[in-house]
Amino acid sequence: MSFEPRILGILCNWCSYAGADLAGTSRIHYPPNVRIIRVMCSARVDPTFVVKALVSGADGVLICGCHPGDCHYSEGNYKTMRRIPLLKKVLKDFGIEDERVRLEWISASEGQRFADIVKDMTERIRVLGPSHVACELHADPRER
Amino acid sequence: MAVKKLQIALYWGAACGGCDVAVLDTNEFILDVAALADIRLWPIAVDGKYADVEALADNELDLTFFNGAVRNSENEHLAKLLRRKSKMLVAFGSCAHLGGIPGLANLTGREEILTKNYLHNPSIEPGNKKIPLPETDLNGQLLQLPYFFKRVYRLADIVPVDYCLPGCPPAPEQVKLSILALAGGKRPPPGSTIGAAERNLCDDCQRSKSEKKIKHFYRPHEILQDPDKCLLEQGILCMGPVTRSGCGVRCPDTGLGCRGCYGPAPDVMDQGSKFISALGSIIDSKDPHEIETIIAGIPDLTAILYRFGLPASFLQRSLKL
Repeated sequence: MSFEPRILGILCNWCSYAGADLAGTSRIHYPPNVRIIRVMCSARVDPTFVVKALVSGADGVLICGCHPGDCHYSEGNYKTMRRIPLLKKVLKDFGIEDERVRLEWISASEGQRFADIVKDMTERIRVLGPSHVACELHADPRER
Repeated sequence: MAVKKLQIALYWGAACGGCDVAVLDTNEFILDVAALADIRLWPIAVDGKYADVEALADNELDLTFFNGAVRNSENEHLAKLLRRKSKMLVAFGSCAHLGGIPGLANLTGREEILTKNYLHNPSIEPGNKKIPLPETDLNGQLLQLPYFFKRVYRLADIVPVDYCLPGCPPAPEQVKLSILALAGGKRPPPGSTIGAAERNLCDDCQRSKSEKKIKHFYRPHEILQDPDKCLLEQGILCMGPVTRSGCGVRCPDTGLGCRGCYGPAPDVMDQGSKFISALGSIIDSKDPHEIETIIAGIPDLTAILYRFGLPASFLQRSLKL
């Protein structure tokens, strides 16, 4: 069977989730590989969530928030803007490919942009192959 | 009627010896321990042999303090042996509890560690081509060494652990209180973290705290510190927000940021990624390029975030191993 990436999308309520909703109501086609969780703000995305998703079997994690300056809570997405690069730097040391975690800004009117990003990310991860984070952890604990 | 003395053992796995010194740092209390208990094994202080432990009946030991991580087959063997012989097994100190400093080796492969240490280290005998092997034939004699695992484990990865006593090393006062608690009738429920508090370090830190806005991170010696102000506000990395208290705020009180040795605070699941969350909140920039520069100014970020708890983190080890 061919590999179908499992991507977790964590989308902010005010912009990106509405953008994804627009993609749906506009009948824009995009791969069904992304499973979406709605949060009130991208700043709600504790980096622990991303790591937890990866060890639970996600092949990629997509975090979307309002464009800088547009945050419903005025500063929330700036915190995300600082957290994700920090997290990516750490994940690199753990041998996890950069493409597996992606941060994008999507407004409520950017349904097409959301669909394009999901398409692009799905293809990139398809090329990368399945994530080994989860299965490596459950390998034989002695691993001699 | 003579009361039967408590039978205890103290053992070190992959450790530096600091945990054993922490036990000795209880000063004259160690004499009370000697009065209270028979020490059946304590490699750093008492001449006990593994064979003596193997000869014990199962559960004959009342209490075992195991410090150090599990790095090789000898550590693993003793962990299993002591588990079988002990009613209570305590993961003593950061290494047994979370993997500790040796756990940082989980970012580096076994081959790389061995070649670096035995072939390329500046302090080795010039021209050395030998790496220690589990089995070596020397003039017809078979020499055996413990097997070096691919990665480091915490004690709980190998055997069930009754209590964790965190710290690198645990504060001597906490060691004393824990020994008294476990020796007495009032034992905490199994699985508890003992000798530590149910709150984070900032709750116990006396420094004044206000809004944090950081443009550059400093190492403690690089700036003139304000002794009364939160270290994070001064740009010194301090793991206090995500770390369990109980140490007596030893590091921040001396002007060093908390290094996180007491492990994740209650409700923190992954110490390093949780601290990223905190860092993201305090970095003072809205410009992606400037943010990159500020982040690049933090030396060895991963090791700072997971200094004592890498094998206990969600990711446990690098996938490159």
